[in-house]
Amino acid sequence: MSVLVTPSTRLIVQGITGKEGLFHAKGCRDYGTNVVGGVTPGKGGTSIDGFDVYNSVEEAISKTSANATMIFVPPLFAADAILESLYAGIEVIVCITEGVPVLDMVKVKRALSDFPHSRLIGPNCPGVISPGIGKIGIMPGSIHKQGNIGVVSRSGTLTYEAVGQLSALGIGQSSCIGIGGDPVNGTSHIDALSLFNQDKDTHAVILIGEIGGTAEEEAAEWIKHHFKKPIVAFIAGQTAPPGRKMGHAGAIISGGAGTASSKMDALKAAGVHVVESPAELGSTLQSLI
Amino acid sequence: MNIHEYQAKELLRKFDISTPNGQIVESPEEAFFLTKSFGGTSILKAQVHAGGRGKAGGVKFARSPEEAKSLFNSIMGMTLISPQTGPQGKIVRKVYISDPVDIDREFYLSILVDRKTGRVAVIASREGGVEIEKVAHETPDKIMTFTIDPAVGLTDFQIRKLASLYGLDTPQVKSLKSFTSALYKLFLESDCSLVEINPLVVTKQGSLVALDAKISLDDNALGRHPDLLDYRDINEEVIEEIEASKYNLNFIKLNGSIGCMVNGAGLAMATMDIIHFYGSEPANFLDVGGGASENAVKNAFRIILQDPQVKAVLINIFGGIMRCDIVASGIVKAAQEIGMKVPVVVRLEGTNVDKGKEILKQSGLNLIVADNLRDAAEKAVAAAKATHD
Repeated sequence: MSVLVTPSTRLIVQGITGKEGLFHAKGCRDYGTNVVGGVTPGKGGTSIDGFDVYNSVEEAISKTSANATMIFVPPLFAADAILESLYAGIEVIVCITEGVPVLDMVKVKRALSDFPHSRLIGPNCPGVISPGIGKIGIMPGSIHKQGNIGVVSRSGTLTYEAVGQLSALGIGQSSCIGIGGDPVNGTSHIDALSLFNQDKDTHAVILIGEIGGTAEEEAAEWIKHHFKKPIVAFIAGQTAPPGRKMGHAGAIISGGAGTASSKMDALKAAGVHVVESPAELGSTLQSLI
Repeated sequence: MNIHEYQAKELLRKFDISTPNGQIVESPEEAFFLTKSFGGTSILKAQVHAGGRGKAGGVKFARSPEEAKSLFNSIMGMTLISPQTGPQGKIVRKVYISDPVDIDREFYLSILVDRKTGRVAVIASREGGVEIEKVAHETPDKIMTFTIDPAVGLTDFQIRKLASLYGLDTPQVKSLKSFTSALYKLFLESDCSLVEINPLVVTKQGSLVALDAKISLDDNALGRHPDLLDYRDINEEVIEEIEASKYNLNFIKLNGSIGCMVNGAGLAMATMDIIHFYGSEPANFLDVGGGASENAVKNAFRIILQDPQVKAVLINIFGGIMRCDIVASGIVKAAQEIGMKVPVVVRLEGTNVDKGKEILKQSGLNLIVADNLRDAAEKAVAAAKATHD
């Protein structure tokens, strides 16, 4: 089994007529995801590379029974695209777009609480993949391998690094969830871990955090009380200077809070195997299973 | 994006929030006449993007127009060094002169985005004029925090709680309400990530005034606020970082000896960390973007090599969607064009990695090809040490 992406996933792509949207719609289809169409307001009724285009998410659902969406809408309009899919009843919403204004996400977060059956991943994330089943995202499918390790991460290419190490050691993944590098997002480390906790085919987890905020500390507290499987963790930004935004909008040490060491200590105290070198994620996990 | 105090106050006034009279002055004569117009006294404030200006000698009280003139001369052009500027300090290029206010009491009030709840939060303290981190650490009971439901907005009962923390009289609660509501409106309508009024003062006449103000704007939202873009002050930024941003590169200058070029912010940080792990320090953070196009690589090369402290370069690209052979050709072309003054270690991973490595080896360039992340870090650290010796 897997989490979030399943054989019954029916995916639409919001912003499918854009360059990125179309490229990755094809990427998901090539990987085996059932991509049932796309949405671009004003271009409904047309089709592009075999994908039918609809004017709205609501219309797409009525024609295709879509239950998942991948969003490539430009940053200033991305929140509206998320809300549109949320109100239309989409269950899995993956927002790839980077650069969404944080106050837009504050509104989205508030709206999400009215829809307990929907889940937002991102924004500013690579998406979700369940190797061998499908992907909703921009990650390269080829580096993955089907198996029993869950991966949750705030970063994109660093997740690929971890996955690459696992696959090279012959260790497959159940699902990999990129929760994104923004300060306010849809799915937290705890949400992702909770999905892995319930998934009987996930036997251990790699958790990749980074400086900024307190999400990893909160996850550590939660792990202590609820999580039963082994976890290997790495926190990026041990050498980052305070007060500087390290690429991701959320990766900033401010007022002495959000440091890598605080997160590493909290995770260690929760029994997590924290590695100091990102090159040791795969080998450390191998030693635990 | 951070903005100056004088710009923050301009924004406050646009939202009808009371601030002391004041303006930017360009010359000692202007300082003299402005102080005279204020009744003979004034406060001169250095305008730099950093806190701790007072202790660093950047804020002075002038008891006469003559003194304002000489204080202007001493502040303008000074190198202000505070804990927030770093040891190199910041050169003062603008001086703001403000009309002194008769202070009765000083408080702290800020609005920011609370990541934990995903909501806008208000932080208030009875203790104004000091760093909030210090108050939070020493006397946390003097601080109050609450979040605002975006669907509801700031409520009257929250204002009353705030008023009771400050110990305000009933008639002042009304002015606190208009002050705080206007501040929240400004926060939302300007897409701020922080608005900090420290201190918020009650004057001897009983009115609420924002004596100092710090505002940070959400970079992601500047696209819908063209007017606020004018507040950008490139003097406050690092030259290499301005140049990098022109090419959509995310670059932050650091103090080590190994230049880094990586695709993706998380992997870029992890690359810095592993350099440290193997005993050296990164010279920079640099995210060339997901695709790592030839042009991005070329510009990144140029910017990294501008730093004389760089003794080796580590290129770490996880190809992903972008094929490694294309990335490799880009690196080779960029290296040929820019020239390699120091050893360059390249680690490629992802689709077509073998083809990519072959292109690097066949290039005839002295590129050190690494097999994995650990190998890359070890080779880069060794190469930097060799260059150093």
